[in-house]
Amino acid sequence: MKKILVYLELQGDALKRTSYEVVSAANKLAGAASIDFIGLIINGNEAQAEKAKEYGLKEVIIAKHDLFDKQSSMAYSEAIAQAAKQEGADCLLFAGNAAGLEIAPRVAAKLDAGYIADCIDLQFEDGNIVAKKPVYAGKAVITSKIDTDVKVFSLRPNVFTAVANPVDSFQAKDFAPELSEDHRKAYVTELSKNEGKLDVLEADIIVSGGRGMKAPENFNLIEDLAGALGAAVGASRAVVDAGWRPHNEQVGQTGKTVSPSMYVACGISGAVQHLAGMSSSKIIVAINKDKDAPIFKVTDYGIVGDVFEVIPKLTNNIKAIK
Amino acid sequence: MNILVCISRVPDTASRIVVGSDGKSIDSSGLKFVVNPYDELAIEEALQLSKKNGGEVTAITVGTAANTDVLRTALAMGVDKVVLIKGDEPGDSSYVAENIAKYAKTYNPDLIFLGRQSVDFDSLQMPSILAEKLNIPSVSVVSKLTVESGKVIAERDIEGGRETVEAVLPCIISCQKGLNEPRYPKLPDIMKAKRKPIEEIEAENIVPKVTILSMEIPSKKRVGTILTDSDDDIKELVKLLHEEAKII
Repeated sequence: MKKILVYLELQGDALKRTSYEVVSAANKLAGAASIDFIGLIINGNEAQAEKAKEYGLKEVIIAKHDLFDKQSSMAYSEAIAQAAKQEGADCLLFAGNAAGLEIAPRVAAKLDAGYIADCIDLQFEDGNIVAKKPVYAGKAVITSKIDTDVKVFSLRPNVFTAVANPVDSFQAKDFAPELSEDHRKAYVTELSKNEGKLDVLEADIIVSGGRGMKAPENFNLIEDLAGALGAAVGASRAVVDAGWRPHNEQVGQTGKTVSPSMYVACGISGAVQHLAGMSSSKIIVAINKDKDAPIFKVTDYGIVGDVFEVIPKLTNNIKAIK
Repeated sequence: MNILVCISRVPDTASRIVVGSDGKSIDSSGLKFVVNPYDELAIEEALQLSKKNGGEVTAITVGTAANTDVLRTALAMGVDKVVLIKGDEPGDSSYVAENIAKYAKTYNPDLIFLGRQSVDFDSLQMPSILAEKLNIPSVSVVSKLTVESGKVIAERDIEGGRETVEAVLPCIISCQKGLNEPRYPKLPDIMKAKRKPIEEIEAENIVPKVTILSMEIPSKKRVGTILTDSDDDIKELVKLLHEEAKII
């Protein structure tokens, strides 16, 4: 391996938290392989990228082009591939979020590189990177390696810890990719934010409700508890299929796979599809009236009881200590 | 408007996964295999669009003869034609992408639909790699789609929001829940599907880019403290989360 390139992603005016996680992972791998790593930012500036200095980033490429006036995974991936070639980077790291999961495989295809998505562990061993990634929605984990010269990985958000490792020097250089409209046949025309609503993929804590909540209006209990914890609201497939909650809240094999610091399952029995989507959470709490519910087999802390009595009391107790 | 739908055959999502004797793949004995759930959305979307705009829908998959069952499900749902690119079970995504790209170049579809991910290997790369091989745009994880006058307007959830993406045809769309409600095939259609032809094409061998070294079932070992619903126990839980787990 010669050089690692890290794609830095902006959210508004600052780097996304996941970008720091990826920088930290690159810093560790580059250290183990005794090579350099460099960041790349699109439509950004030096001051924004310099924040990643805290996590070991010494140098950033700022890609600039008129066609970046609209966000486009197609155009971005062409620019990143060109930059990687120019830099001689043979290992590229991306955050495995909505943008990264679109861009990374395109970059890999452009560079004729192997790509492993959604990695939860990367280790440098015997001159190559060995990656772990969940398969079957987390029911199993595979360890694999990429055999091509250039390697591309995306990292599951919230799994790699951003470790402070400040460096003194920092430099930025501009890069002008060669792009035409042909590289931008798809682009974002509109972006709407779920104001004040935390997404399960980004949340540090998730409070989820299942069929045991009995009716959609009872989710106010879930929302109150989530509010007290600063958590996002999640849901099981049963309640999403029943139309009680929106699809984007569904956790599980046909929903989102999450790894928050804490997952609170309320009135969720723990079907194998649901467990697959949340069992990599760091701490799992369950509230269910059935003491034999499968969810209790994967919990750190469980309460056997009626969700309608337990949740409000739990919410009040949490408010009291916060 | 001709549409190509790429489908894959996966263990039913209710399956328990056991590692096979080679230590790097699953033990598939006794497992029920189905059309990847997200691919059902892809088939449904293709059928609705072709009903509206005309043209044919072709479903395609890559792998062994075992895949004929999911192709028959696609036929029963209503696709016009199915293609099996017959070869070894895919070693990695590039094998599948290269083979489908080769077919797509001769078929020239206006749209290619796939599920947002195949819930077996969750490789999360087919739409983008295929798009790159064909040099056409792609939009991933789409939960609302409009196709009009040579372009698509696709909506997709992103972290903390939603984006609308515009792309020109031909284009690849990977489908997410919310896009539609896939139909259940009716019994007469299932019977009819059994007699319909399956076009077979020999797969081209592609050198894999990724090698699987091992597979394991993650340990689910947990602290496992179970409490009652008494007021004291609820207080105790909060204390444990605060002091032991240090999470609140």
